[in-house]
Amino acid sequence: MGLDIRLPLGLLFLATGVLMTAYGLFTRGSAIYEKSLSMNINLIWGMVLLLFGLAMLLLSWTARRRLSRTAPDVPSNSEAPLHRSPRSH
Amino acid sequence: MTTTLTTIDWLIMLVYFAFVLGIGFVLKRYVRTSNDFFLAGRSIPAWVCGLAFISANLGAQEVIGMGASGAKYGIATSQFYWIGAIPAMVFVGLFMMPFYYGSKARSVPEYLKLRYDEKTRAWNAGSFAIMTVFSSGISMYAMARLIQVLHIFDGLFHHLGLPLAWIFHFSILLSAIIVLGYIFLGGLTSAIYNEVLQFFLIVAGFIPLVWIGLKNVGGWHGIQRTLGPAYTHSWRGMAHASTNPLGTEWYSMIFGLGFVLSFGYWCTDFLVVQRAMAAESELAARRVPLIAAIPKMFFPFLVILPGLIAISVPTIAQHAMAQVQTTPVPGQARRNVPSSQMASDATAAPVGRGLIPAKIDPVNGRVMTDSAGQPLLDYDLAIPNMLLHFFPTGILGLGLTALLASFMSGMAGNVTAFNTVWTYDIYQSYIHKTGTDQHYLWMGRMATIGGIVLSIGAAYLVTSFNNILDALQLVFSFVNAPLLATFLLGMFWKRTTGHGAFWGLLSGTFAAVLHIGLTLPADAPGVGIHGGWIAVLHVYPSTMAQNFWTAIWAFSVSFVLTVGISLLTRPRKEEDLVGLVYSLTPKPDEGHLAWYQKPMALGLLVLAMLVVLNLVFA
Repeated sequence: MGLDIRLPLGLLFLATGVLMTAYGLFTRGSAIYEKSLSMNINLIWGMVLLLFGLAMLLLSWTARRRLSRTAPDVPSNSEAPLHRSPRSH
Repeated sequence: MTTTLTTIDWLIMLVYFAFVLGIGFVLKRYVRTSNDFFLAGRSIPAWVCGLAFISANLGAQEVIGMGASGAKYGIATSQFYWIGAIPAMVFVGLFMMPFYYGSKARSVPEYLKLRYDEKTRAWNAGSFAIMTVFSSGISMYAMARLIQVLHIFDGLFHHLGLPLAWIFHFSILLSAIIVLGYIFLGGLTSAIYNEVLQFFLIVAGFIPLVWIGLKNVGGWHGIQRTLGPAYTHSWRGMAHASTNPLGTEWYSMIFGLGFVLSFGYWCTDFLVVQRAMAAESELAARRVPLIAAIPKMFFPFLVILPGLIAISVPTIAQHAMAQVQTTPVPGQARRNVPSSQMASDATAAPVGRGLIPAKIDPVNGRVMTDSAGQPLLDYDLAIPNMLLHFFPTGILGLGLTALLASFMSGMAGNVTAFNTVWTYDIYQSYIHKTGTDQHYLWMGRMATIGGIVLSIGAAYLVTSFNNILDALQLVFSFVNAPLLATFLLGMFWKRTTGHGAFWGLLSGTFAAVLHIGLTLPADAPGVGIHGGWIAVLHVYPSTMAQNFWTAIWAFSVSFVLTVGISLLTRPRKEEDLVGLVYSLTPKPDEGHLAWYQKPMALGLLVLAMLVVLNLVFA
């Protein structure tokens, strides 16, 4: 199917990561972190998710570039399995 | 201290649900044939199918049930993964997938049709369809109950002036609409893609939970100190049923769980096999369960460990659930609300253990006790209470999303398996044989709606079971345990006949029902759903032991009768069985692969890792 799963996966984690990191920045030193043993878990974990999202987007982007170099004429809505890297056959 | 969901939690949840439905919309334009809808066009890479393979199984049973069992039985629960899943996953990948994928069957019942005959397929398709509807219904029920217990929608309902008693129905309807939406649009591909998102989300939501939890109880050594060796060793006391928390001995564990139940599920259940059948090649299909086995063997640390942490935390007078602000709507609020959140004000006495509250009788609001007068604990709340206890707002949204995602992946897995079996194995085979491909594609979408409506019905039926895990095990032993004999004999003994398989299967199922009717587990409240409704000939030390022995009996009866009847009936011609039976099928050509690319090498690596894990936690 013509959708690389790493694209929505990357975007989802990027969006969630950004939300949590931003919220973590705004709530530095807040009493809500008593629960998580005084760790600003929103900031820490938000950044982890953000980085994971970026890594997935990067992988998806390089796979797409590699594919377009080997098969330049693939129209975007064809049946061509875009998610496959050329080596996976 | 009160915990209510704030805007940030809602935002995180909304983002996730937007993606879930968005994937369905994007994939809709790629669904043109029934093959696209039911088999994802057989074009998905192995790693994607592999993650979906675990995720489809990661429903309510797994996350809530395993956390509950972790709190109840300790790390021995990991046997459900290490003994109860990994060896079977390796076996299905290495030895069975060539027949499922190579035979070009579109479903597991269809393989039975090709290998045996029509009646064996009909029996399997029918029983499987019923089982998927129930599993999906259980997921739906558990999700709705959890939403209620965690008071997720209370604020919203209070704001809108609606009665809180409607939350249960609203939750069922909401989950039904979301799952329906993305499967209706994108079929199996959409389900698989969403299962991959769900997999990563569950990992992302549970790692910080285990991290903070472990920090709080002083790490693994802290748990060992608090709970003692019975909880922290997976094999200790397995020599006899009375000396380990599971109440089973090692041979019923290995043969009942490790062989019959586990192989019966992972090797024959179309719910998981369907994910591997969607792979882009036979080699990829064989790798799917092997790739899945690697994260699977570490899942005990994500779903069982929180259970152990939950009972290690010093008991608090007010359990976490009670910290959630219950919006007080006088009079009507407490009606119709099953189970334990009533504890929040009426009986908040510290009768629980750690973060696990005592079970509250939904009728009179009192703490339920066992025959010795000890309070019964509501283990199913281990993981939800962990989330509320350790997660501040923000990451709480992520944790709840992960939990809801796991319920939905369990539902979606069952619904996609149901619509395929219904359309190919029931509708196309017996009701309307000559339709166009577009007609069957349409039928698949209708079956998705039908499956969801039936699941809603099942969700309302499922109310008499306390432990979701027990209920599913009971259904497994009826349906899956005898099936294993049918498949093993079918794939590896060319002499097996259709009559042998069919009657063996039927007798195996009957033997399972009979066995439960004649025995009773010691921990059952009495004769009833748990057994003994014919007569009590034997009492097992635990429900778990009874389940294992039911499976063993069902398998053995099915095996012996299938062999016996096969020898008395006429076998099929050998040329008809090429591609369906091991000895008559050319071995897959792996000459062009380097040694480390061969499925066998991956399989051995998985088994070696399994041995190491067992040694560490023995």
